[in-house]
Order: sequence, then C-alpha cells, then structure tokens
Amino acid sequence: MTATRDLESGGSLMDDLYREVILEHYRSPRNRGELDTPTCSADGANPLCGDQIHIELILDGDEIVDLKFSGEGCSISQASASMMTEQVRGHDRDHAQAASDAFQQLMLTGEPGEFDLGDSEMLAGVAKFPARVKCASLAWKTLEQALKTDSTEPVTTDERTADHG
Amino acid sequence: MVQQAIPEGQATPRAYDIAKIRRDFPILNRDVASGAKLVYLDNAATSQRPVQVIAEITRFYRDHNANIHRGVHTLSQEATGLYEGVRETTRAFINAPEAREIVFTSGTTEAVNLVAHGWARKFLQPGDEIVATELEHHSNIVPWQMLRDERGIELKFIPMLADGTLDMDAARELIGPKTKLLAVSAMSNALGTILPLEELVPLAKAHGATVLVDAAQAVPHMPIDVQALDVDFVAFSAHKMLGPTGVGVLWGRFELLDAMDPFMGGGDMILTVTTEESTWAEVPAKLEAGTPNIGGVVGFGAALRYLDELGMDQVRAHELDLTRYALARLGDVPGVTIYGPDNAEDRGGVVSFSLEDVHPHDIGQVLDDQGVAIRAGHHCAQPVMAALEVPATARASFYIYNTRDEVDSLVSAVEATSRMFGTG
Ligand SMILES: Cc1ncc(COP(=O)(O)O)c(C=O)c1O
Repeated sequence: MTATRDLESGGSLMDDLYREVILEHYRSPRNRGELDTPTCSADGANPLCGDQIHIELILDGDEIVDLKFSGEGCSISQASASMMTEQVRGHDRDHAQAASDAFQQLMLTGEPGEFDLGDSEMLAGVAKFPARVKCASLAWKTLEQALKTDSTEPVTTDERTADHG
Repeated sequence: MVQQAIPEGQATPRAYDIAKIRRDFPILNRDVASGAKLVYLDNAATSQRPVQVIAEITRFYRDHNANIHRGVHTLSQEATGLYEGVRETTRAFINAPEAREIVFTSGTTEAVNLVAHGWARKFLQPGDEIVATELEHHSNIVPWQMLRDERGIELKFIPMLADGTLDMDAARELIGPKTKLLAVSAMSNALGTILPLEELVPLAKAHGATVLVDAAQAVPHMPIDVQALDVDFVAFSAHKMLGPTGVGVLWGRFELLDAMDPFMGGGDMILTVTTEESTWAEVPAKLEAGTPNIGGVVGFGAALRYLDELGMDQVRAHELDLTRYALARLGDVPGVTIYGPDNAEDRGGVVSFSLEDVHPHDIGQVLDDQGVAIRAGHHCAQPVMAALEVPATARASFYIYNTRDEVDSLVSAVEATSRMFGTG
C-alpha cells in the first residue's frame, strides 16, 4: 500500500542534504568532548529545533591549538560542528574567520567558493533547505563568539522560539 | 433571506464515509516538494479546511460583505445576521447556556490573554494562587507568568508523571484555599494526554476557584459540553477544527464576562464615548473591540456545521481507531520510543515519539521527503519536554480525514529514516 521512496537512489534533494560524509560525521564526530584547560569558550543554541552547542578552545596567541565541541542537536548541526573543528584546528584566527565567512557564503549560494572548506563543503545541499541553514551555521557562529575572547555571551542562530504546536 | 443563502447542515448524522470526507479536502491530493503524495499528520498544529468552509468564506465576501453591527443597509444587516448566527452555532456546539457568552477572539491565545487581562488582573490579589499544569501549551503559561510578575500572584504547576499523565496526588496538594484560578488544558497538544477534568474541576470548585480550560485540542476532537464540565471559561481556536485562522472562541459564564474589564478599547465595545469617559457596551460586544474577523467567523460557522453533521462521537471514535493502530504499529519499529499514556483511550489523536540516535528534526525532514507531514520540536510545550528530559519529539496527529493507510505510510517513512541513519 505504502510506497517508500528510495532514499538510497542518487540525485534527490534528500541525498544532497544527507550526504554520506555528513552522516558519517554525525555517527562518529571528531573533536567531541571537553578540554582540561580551555582558554575560551562559547555556547550557542538554535531554539527552533533545540540544537545546543558548547565550544572550547585553547588559543596560543592567534593560533587555535586545540578545540572541542559538545552539545546535542540534529545531524546537520552536529556534523557541521565536527567538520568545523577539523577545518580550524591548528590554524590562526584569520584563517578561522575566513573559513567562517566562506561557510556563510556556502549557505547562501549552495556553491563552494575559492576557499577550501574540506568536508564542510559537503553541507552545500543545506542551502536548499532554509530551515536547516541555521542548524548548519550554529557551530561557526559559536566559534566566532568563542574567538572574541572577551565575550561569553551565548549566541543563537534563530531569534524565534515560535513553534506553533 | 440570509438563512436561505447558507443552508444549515442536516441534523441527522450520516455514516462515517471516509472517502466522501476526503473528497471535501482537495489539498489531501497534492504532492509535496519531493514529488511524494501528501500524508498530512500535523493536525494538532492546524487542520485542513473542507471545500464547504472555503466556499462559505468566498460566498460571504462575494455576496454579503459589509461591516457588522453599525449599518442599516441590507448588506450590513446580512453580515450581522451571519456573524451573530455563528455565535449561536458555537453556543450549540459546546452546549453553552447562552449565545452572548460566546466571545469571538483571534484564537485560543487571545482568549486566554483576555481572561488574564480582563478577569484575573481585576480580581486576583497579591498572594492569590493560580494553578496550571506542566502539560500546558505556552499560551496557557506565559500570560499567567506575566500576570504573576505584575501582580505578585503565585503560579504553581501540577507536575507530569513519566507516562505523560498528571500527578493527581500533587494536584490534591497544590489546589487549596488560596487557589483562585485553575488554568488547565483538556488535552495536551504535545503528548495527546487527556487531562482528568472530572477529577480536577471538583478539586478547584471545592475551594471556590474559577476554572479556565484550554480546549484548543479538545473541542476539535471530542464532544465537549461546557455545562457538564462545570467549568467557567473555555478557550479554543477555529483553525484546529476545519475553520480559518484568525478566529477563536472564549466561552465564559455570563456573570464572569459581565464583571470583566475590556481588554482592548475601541469601536464596537462602547455604549457612549465623550472626550472625558466612555461606558462599555454589553457582553459580548464589550470584549470584541474593533471590526472582528467577520469573514473568518462566518467560515467557522461552516466548519462547525461540518463537524456537527459528522457527529463528534464519530470523530472521536475514528481518531481513537487511528491512534490505537498507530501506537501498535509504531511501537513495533525498533528504536522508536512513544511518549504519553499507553492507553489510546487516555489520549487524543496525537502520537509523540522519538527514534534512537536520530534527532526529531531529521525525522521530520526525511518524513517530508516521503510526503509525511509531521511536527518536530517542542510543540510550544517546553515544560513537557523538560519533564521527559528530551529536547524535542516528533509528533504525528490525526483528524477526521486520516486513514490507516496513512498510518502505514508514517511507519514506512520512520523505518526508512531508521535505515538511513543506520539505526535500524
Ligand atoms: C493546547 C493548545 N493550547 C493553545 C494553543 C494556541 O492556539 P492558537 O495558536 O490558535 O492561539 C494550541 C495550538 O497551538 C494548543 O494546541
């Protein structure tokens, strides 16, 4: 009676969103956990879907020596956080900011630009799902917040908490 | 005459003919973005509207449109007759004693806020207590918190047990001599739990408290008789029961409505206005300031007639069958946890669930690809999520036009999600 659409078949919007690489990061996140001696940290939340993230960094001068994330949320938010940590670990602030800018651009256009975002480019498909862009952006926004070391303000990728139940 | 232009529904309930019902909802035949056929299971958020309601609204604007209550001309009198006619239809639908006790609002939210501003704010004193429950929708929490902060009133919540039912022992302790208002929903939109009003209301009444029932999820889905419930205020929304958005109802006992202060000042709610002062009109006009949603209310009348013709007993029986079936079938899917009462009889047509290691938003996304529209989130009931210790749930909710086949589609889509995320 019920025809289940074939999710495994190529070319669908669903495949663009849930690339295997994304699911892989979701199942086995990199740099997940907490640091013993973070030099700065930030919290981010996406109230609309309840995504929450906590990012801790060890900065040595301008260099991100180490970072870890914790929290919970949908596959897109968690995979994006995992990919983000790989992208900026061992790089300096300017690189991290440039990567974050490139990521926002990716979310706008759905096309990777000049800047090599590594696995994060696999999130390009999210651009076609405006409701999920906030999930994907959360880790990057929170990273930017953590890098402003003097700031411990929580960030949110969505002002609205409305959920018309 | 106006009455002839819009015929009343037949009084005798017809048999539950699901195919015929579905023909009245053309939207159910459409596809979603992925190309899959729509399976609409987000009825607790809003229902669909049948062609009868859409036609009624169109007919109003096409043939009868005018402002109400203030014109002597033909159209204004017709519009007033139609609008006031729905007040009577609404009265009959919930068996209220008098039509003037029906106040049209923009929805449940406005109805609750109207009681908070017009009644509670006037009559509650610092130290008085309002008792609500953890199962409430935010619209039956936030207005009371605002009043608490403004007036120094106490606000207490009857806790929810792990199975989504209310802790009645706690209820007996929390409802006491200081309780002035019990603000309780008849059915939880997040879990579907039907609250035991027959036990709660006497507890409140024993202490002389006023009872407000958020019936946004009850009036659309089961027979509700406000006199049998022995409550004082009942709030609900048209859009969850086949009617248009922007229309809601506050029913209140006449003495209470009469004693209330108006919430908004403006046209239609006054008797006389001088530049110094104004005197209020009678209930319900006093509480319906400004031009109301006339076309919406008229359309709501058609929704009420549609449901009345089906028979609310039949609506409840149909949803109970779907809920029972869904609980059994979804419960068999590995990794699925279902929240709320085990017994289908103790819930409305709502099944809130989670899938191991898959966030509800991802469930919602994959289900949408399969055409299945459900809700993922906190359902405007964050205290329920906190009590369950989950950030969110996925929620399927049924209505008159849903079928067992659609429940099968839901189950297949959840299984597909499970396969995709490698949990099944
Ligand atoms: C139980 C309950 N109460 C109140 C509301 C608020 O209704 P509305 O948004 O129509 O004012 C809803 C629905 O969103 C609900 O399910």
